[in-house]
This record gives sequence, structure tokens and C-alpha cells, in this order.
Amino acid sequence: MAHVAVMEPPAAAERGAGVYNEKLGMWIFLGSEVMFFTALIGSYIILRVGAPGPWAPPGVVLNIPVTAFNTFLLICSSVSMVKAFASIVDGDQQKLKFWLLATILCGATFVGIQVYEYAHLIHRGFLPSGIREGSELAELVARGTLPAATAGIYGSTFYTMTGFHGFHVTCGVICMIWVFFKALRGGYSATDYRGVEVIGLYWHFVDLVWIILFTIVYLV
Amino acid sequence: MDLAHRKPHPNYLAIWAYLFVLTIVEVAVAFLSHLPRNLLLLALVFLAVWKAALVALYFMHLRFEGNRLRILAAAPLPLAFILVLAVITEFRW
Repeated sequence: MAHVAVMEPPAAAERGAGVYNEKLGMWIFLGSEVMFFTALIGSYIILRVGAPGPWAPPGVVLNIPVTAFNTFLLICSSVSMVKAFASIVDGDQQKLKFWLLATILCGATFVGIQVYEYAHLIHRGFLPSGIREGSELAELVARGTLPAATAGIYGSTFYTMTGFHGFHVTCGVICMIWVFFKALRGGYSATDYRGVEVIGLYWHFVDLVWIILFTIVYLV
Repeated sequence: MDLAHRKPHPNYLAIWAYLFVLTIVEVAVAFLSHLPRNLLLLALVFLAVWKAALVALYFMHLRFEGNRLRILAAAPLPLAFILVLAVITEFRW
């Protein structure tokens, strides 16, 4: 009986993108994340364009100065992350730990401010389902400052997009804490800094998504 | 490790300052300018894409990576654009 080697590859394995597996895997994961956030942002754009009335003007419901500060904080965390990466490439363990800790603090503060923002918005009457009756924002609706017809879509899209982003930041902070503890044990060096680079890619991507979200959710 | 990272590091603080200034410009354009609605939208999206590109090119080091990885990273973008454009036609055209 003839043997057929069905699992034999047609050619020898070769280098593809010229990067190590973890980094390639992260880039492929980030590609899927682009499509995930596109689905959210795309749905938001489509719901907004097709909404049965005007959208809430920017700054009426959402607190722009606080969120602008949060945006600044996330940009700072990206710089500290890339400085951590540069430090370990140069073999500087102390700076690696310092910059990783700075990134964790910035990321955790971002999430903290977002939780504060949510609590404040809910207190003012802005819910995922729309505007709560008898609330401060309901008075704006009664005065005609805030459109009532689109409040429900506004609430659901706002909380879905920023909520999923906040979840990503939280996951990033947790992973970063793990990387930080590994760095404390001397787990990275100038010849092997894979974990730092891979978590860095994820972190910058989360920053990049926020840059887009900040513009289309808060400023437009 | 990748050869690209053996080169001198880019000036990350300059990129940070660049992003900071662009964020201020963005907020100023959104609230202080009196541009027509469509032009305002275009300006804000342009500034956001500019900032996002800076992060991808310098912080994610795409500027210093090989072409194959750049293609891999850019591959979802046209798909994302097509996805939004294809459905938005339901309301606009």
C-alpha cells in the first residue's frame, strides 16, 4: 500500500516578515483589532448619519477639558512606553523599570478618570439608553438645547465605544504590570526584549484608537 | 532581534511635543474656529489621522520596519474604509 505524506509542506519553512513570532502574532492580532474597532466606529458613523434628527452638540453632554486631559495622559503613556522600550534596547534595566511604572500609572489614571467620567455622566442623567427623566440633562432636553430623538443612540454608541476602549486599556495595564514584575526580576535584556516590544505595540495601538475616538466622539 | 532597532532611537520627546501641539490645535479648531460644518469635519479627521500616523510610524516603529510588515499592518485599513463606505451609501447617496 502506497504511503502519501499528506502533512509534508510543499516547501521548506522560511522567514516571512523578518520579525520574531510574538511580534508577528501581535501585528496580526492588531489587524483583527482594527476590524473590531472599525465595526464599532463604522456602526457609530452610520447610526449618526442615519439618525432621525440632530445629534447632541459637542460639549453639552460630555466634559471635553477632562477628556482632553485624559487624551494627553494617554499620549504621555505612549511616550513612557516607547522610552521603556528604548531603555531595554540600550540595556538600561533601571530606566526600563522607571518608564514601565510611569506607563502603568498613566494608564491606570486614564481608566480612573474614565470611571469618574462615567459616574459623573450617569449622575447628570446620561445613560446608555438615553436621558434619565427628571435629571439635569432632561432639563436641557425640555429647553431644546439637547435633542431628544437621538439621545438613546448617542448613549448606546458612546458607552459601547468608550467602554470597549477602556476595557482594552485595562487589559493593557494588567499585562504591563506583569511585564513590570518580570522586569523587576531581570527578565529582559538588550538581547531579548520581546515582551516589552510586544506589549508596547498593543499599548500604542490602544493610544492610536483613542486619538480617533476622541475626535469622532467628543469633538465632532 | 531586529536590526532596525539597533539604529539610534528617534527623538521620542519631539514626537510627544508634536502630538501635544496637534491635540491643542484639534480642540481649538473644534471649539474656537467658525469653519463650515463639512470643512470642520474634514479638518478634525485630518488632524486625527495625522496624530494616529505619528504614533504608528514612530512609536510602533513602522517607519523603520521592513516592507512586508508594513503591508501586514496596513492591510486592514482599506478593508475598514470599504466597510464604512459601503454601508454609509445607504444614507448619503
